[in-house]
Parts: sequence; C-alpha cells; structure tokens
Amino acid sequence: MLERTVQIVSNERDTDQYFRLVMRAPELAMAAQPGQFVHLRVMAMKDALLRRPFSIYQARGENLSVLYKTVGKGTDVLARMGPGEELSLIGPLGHGFTVPKAGGETPLLVAGGYGMAAMYMLAERSPQKGVVFVGGRRRVDILCEDEFRKLGWDVRVTTEDGSYGEKGIVTQPLIAELRRGAAGRKLFACGPTAMLKAVAKIAEEFKVPAELSMDEHMCCGVGVCLTCVIPVKTADGWEYQRTCTEGPVFDSREVLWEVPK
Amino acid sequence: MNLSVKLGSLTLQNPVMVASGTFGYGVEYAQLLDLNQFGAVVVKGIRLGPVRGNPTPRTAEVASGMLNAIGLQGPGVDGFIKKYWPFLSTLKVPTIINIWGTTVEEYAEVARRFDALGGVGALELNVSCPNIKEGGAQFGTDAKLLAGVVRACRKATKLPLITKLSPNVTSIAPYAQAAEAEGSDALAITNSYPAMAIDTETRRPKLANVTGGLTGPCIKPIAIKLVWEAAKAVKIPIIGMGGIQSAADAVEFLMAGATAVAVGTANFYEPQTVPQVIAGLREFMARHNIADVRELVGSVKVAK
Ligand SMILES: Cc1cc2nc3c(=O)[nH]c(=O)nc-3n(C[C@H](O)[C@H](O)[C@H](O)COP(=O)(O)OP(=O)(O)OC[C@H]3O[C@@H](n4cnc5c(N)ncnc54)[C@H](O)[C@@H]3O)c2cc1C
Ligand SMILES: Cc1cc2nc3c(=O)[nH]c(=O)nc-3n(C[C@H](O)[C@H](O)[C@H](O)COP(=O)(O)O)c2cc1C
Ligand code: FES
Repeated sequence: MLERTVQIVSNERDTDQYFRLVMRAPELAMAAQPGQFVHLRVMAMKDALLRRPFSIYQARGENLSVLYKTVGKGTDVLARMGPGEELSLIGPLGHGFTVPKAGGETPLLVAGGYGMAAMYMLAERSPQKGVVFVGGRRRVDILCEDEFRKLGWDVRVTTEDGSYGEKGIVTQPLIAELRRGAAGRKLFACGPTAMLKAVAKIAEEFKVPAELSMDEHMCCGVGVCLTCVIPVKTADGWEYQRTCTEGPVFDSREVLWEVPK
Repeated sequence: MNLSVKLGSLTLQNPVMVASGTFGYGVEYAQLLDLNQFGAVVVKGIRLGPVRGNPTPRTAEVASGMLNAIGLQGPGVDGFIKKYWPFLSTLKVPTIINIWGTTVEEYAEVARRFDALGGVGALELNVSCPNIKEGGAQFGTDAKLLAGVVRACRKATKLPLITKLSPNVTSIAPYAQAAEAEGSDALAITNSYPAMAIDTETRRPKLANVTGGLTGPCIKPIAIKLVWEAAKAVKIPIIGMGGIQSAADAVEFLMAGATAVAVGTANFYEPQTVPQVIAGLREFMARHNIADVRELVGSVKVAK
C-alpha cells in the first residue's frame, strides 16, 4: 500500500459515459494485482471530500489506468481533468482475484458495465484463456470487447436492448455455456450487485467455484472505518467483513446476500 | 520550541492525536505513516464482548462531511488484546483506548481489564455514540448517568480517564463539570452530531440505520463553540475535535481552549493529515514567536 500524488497522462472518453484514465504511477503499477483497486482523491472537488474506489484496469510499465463511468460529483469533476493535472492515489488495495493457472480450471469471466475493467486485468494476467461474458444495457455499455479478443479470449456480448450482440442479460449465455459442461470451470465476476447475486446462484446450481468482486461504499479504503462491510459466513456463524480489506473479491459461497436474523 | 502537553498524568510529545473510530487499531495505517510521530494513537470503541455493528449502507457523503452509523463494530476486550495489542504495545507513543458499555458495570469492567493489561496510555469513555440503541449517548445526555459512569471507572482504574462528551445537549457545561467532579482527567469534545440524509429518488434514508453521526469540516464551527464553552466551565484539559484538516484548524481549537486536538474524518481522505498538522503547528508557532504550545491554549481574544 502506497500513497502517491500522480499526474494524469491521459483521460479520454471511451464510449458515452465511460472514460479511460491513465496515470503515471510506477510503484503502484508494479505492485498491482487483478481485482485490486486504487482509492482516488480528486483534489479539485471542493465540498465532496472522500476518496473514490476504482478497480485497476491496466498496469503497464510506469502507467496505471482505470476505466470509469461518470455517475456523480467525483466522476463528473474527474471527467473534466486533463494531462498534467494531479490526483492522489492510495493503492494497490484489497484482496484480488486468484489468477488462473496454466492447465488449471478454465476461467469464465462475467462482467457488467465498469466491471469490465477488473475483468480485463484478470484476463491479461491469466496464462489460462477462457470465455468472457460482457453485458450492458446498451451498446455503449460494452467496453473492452476488442481488447479481450486481442488477448485471445472468446467474447460473448449481450445487451438488454438488443442493440448489440445477443439480446438479454449477461447470465443467459453463461447458463447456456455451463449447460454444455461445467466441470473444470471457474467463474469470476465483477459488476452490479444484482448480477453478482445471480452469478452466485448459478455457481451453486452448476457446482462450480466463483469469485466475486463486491461493491460497497468506502470511506477509508484501508480497513479502519468499517463502513464497507458485507455479511460473510464463518465457521461459527457469520460476521461483517470489510470489502476494502478482506475483499473486494470474495468466494461466492461465503457471501450472504441478506443479514441473518 | 515545546509542543509537549499533559492530560492528567499522561504526557504527549505533541498535542496532535487521532479520533477514535477513524484510525482503526493503528496497524492499518502503519504502512503509510510513522505512528511514533503522533501525540497519541486512539483506537476504535471497545466494549466487553464482540459487536457486529449495524447493517449497510453505513455511510453517506454530505457537503463538507459525512454521516456514519457503524454501530461500534469491534472484537471486544479479549479479541482486541489478542489481535491488536501486540502491535500497539510496540509503539513509543501512548495508546488511548476508547471504551463503552451498555451498563455502568460494563464500563467499569472494561476499565479494570485494560488497567490489568498494563502499558495503556489512557482510557477514553465514549458516552456519546449516536448510533447504538443502548449505552453510548444515553449516558452522555443525562448528567447524573454520566457522573455514575465516570465515578465507576474512576474506582476501577488509576489510568488517566478522558470523558468524550456528546454535542447533543442544550449546554455542555454541566456535563463537563460532572465529569470533572467525578475525577475525569480530561474531556474529549466532540463526538459526531446526530443527523440524517434522504435519497430523493428512492425516498429512502441514505443510511440503513436511518440516522447517523455527522462529522468532518462541516461540524468544526459548532465544535469550536462547544470547546470554548466547556473550557470556561472546567479546569481539566480538553481534547478538541470536529473537522480538523489543517494546522490552522488545530490552532483554532487550541485558541478556543483545547489543550490537545484529534484528527478524525480527514484521515480517510488524507492519511498524512496528522504529520501535516504537526509540521504546520510548528511553522505557525515559529511565525508567531511562540515558544510553548500551551501559550496558545484558550488564547482567543474575546472583548468583555
Ligand atoms: C472495489 C470497487 C471498485 C470499483 N471499480 C470501479 C471501476 O473500475 N469503474 C467505475 O466506474 N466505478 C467503479 N466503482 C464504483 C465507483 O467507486 C463509484 O462509481 C464512484 O465512487 C462514484 O463517485 P461519484 O463521486 O461520481 O458519485 P457520487 O454519487 O457523487 O458519490 C457519493 C459517494 O458515494 C460513493 N459511491 C457512489 N456510487 C458508488 C458505488 N457504485 N460503489 C462504491 N461507492 C459509491 C462515492 O464513493 C462517494 O463517497 C468501484 C467501486 C468499488 C467499491
Ligand atoms: C466512521 C467513524 C467512526 C467513529 N467511531 C467512533 C468510536 O468508536 N468511538 C468514539 O468515541 N467516536 C467515534 N467516532 C467519532 C470521532 O472520534 C470524532 O469524535 C468525530 O468524527 C469528530 O471528528 P472529525 O470531524 O474530525 O471526524 C467515529 C467517527 C467516524 C467518522
Ligand atoms: S472503507 Fe474503511 S474499512 Fe473499508
């Protein structure tokens, strides 16, 4: 874990509301692992003080990138920043994905919206290729498709409005694929909570392991504030664990989707 | 230049510490910071047994601040001693343990346990958490109950006692005086303010707990006034807190009457705040020709 003031190398619109932000952050880039995140402070925000968590999308040489969607105050200010401007980063943070081993289980990646960022880094670092299922509401919500193909991955696209790829939700082609054979396969997912919950259910039905990257509001990002917790099964019941520290990646069998009574 | 101050029998190398619940158990930030530069490290509130805490969302960002309703999640005394004390006991600076209970007896028992542990710098009695149903704030908003908690803890330990007061009272003076009369060595002012935020799209409260505690720069002027009022009412030292993010903020609390200060919410967005405040305080003292930080305490000039 490091804290660095970094310079923006580029910050360009990808599609619609999505931007690719490249920062010069050599030490962070070197340490980054798939599924980890950076806690980013936009100093230009005046009355919104907290840092924002973003999955690490690429870590290449001296550069570290994130792929973000503009959804509120912080991301709106961020989208108006340009090369040479400064941001503060704490990272790499959190417990990431288990990178698939060569000759091991075939990875099936499930990505929704900005979840594609974390999935891309996992695909890039995985010696074992597999299938990536990317889903979004509209065509503009589909990111990184060509990049996944360039890595030699099989890409299956779904859009809810049918404007691109198969019409429907991302879990439909996943179920179809698992029906063809579930043995020796493992799921990895990052995206909206409803999607993660559906993936967990599918993993249970097909008896395949799954790792999920959970999304919770975070204040500190380093484990001190206890705002980011989710209920997790333990040997003797359950407890709240921190998404920023024990997560964001959890084994789907451990995640409780509701707080037990 | 002297930066050292005293809270009862406890000497701090400088007056800048962290606020309970915003710095975990110290170890989490040890990779980013040299904790031995701090005045003291203050840990998250601990009661006798483990506490799960509230459902999520536990936080919401608001203009110049945030709401939280953690519900005092924690490992309990035994869990804390096993998991966190081995690290904390290696620090050269004092560790202050924030404690709470749902009964006077529980407060006293927790105090006894930490007294027996040895090596603890001081105990901070949290009688002001707004986010739990029993205990906490209920003791902080009734001067008689507050006196009872302080008295029981005073009997249970010789460790310096800090009473952390609730801001949610009409006048802070009677509470400050009650704690002083029962043998509290210092006061901590202030805890978070009870508050609420609503998501207008869904018509739901932003916190699962519905209400929470407001902290950050937005509460600073209110906290300054509380410190100023309490300082006029008691002789024991006050640890001022509420929205501190710079040395100027810290100096403002000292001038209002605080002997020491604590950095809370700012740790989340800028973990370097404590060292920055210490450096800035030195710079302020040099610029104003102040040899001893204690000269600043209560130095606000109010026309009579
Ligand atoms: C581990 C993790 C990885 C993430 N990775 C990405 C990513 O790669 N790309 C991307 O676009 N987004 C990602 N997010 C979501 C991203 O953090 C939020 O979209 C962002 O914080 C919104 O900030 P804002 O100021 O624009 O929105 P506002 O609504 O103004 O934010 C207000 C507050 O709510 C918090 N918040 C709002 N939405 C979310 C959310 N979905 N998750 C967590 N906190 C939220 C903000 O951090 C802030 O504290 C990730 C979240 C987590 C927890
Ligand atoms: C997330 C969070 C958790 C907190 N937990 C505790 C606690 O366990 N015990 C306590 O006495 N105060 C707790 N507090 C209150 C702080 O110690 C401090 O009094 C308050 O945040 C005001 O200072 P600030 O504005 O600098 O944050 C907590 C505050 C926050 C933001
Ligand atoms: S964000 Fe603070 S503990 Fe996870």
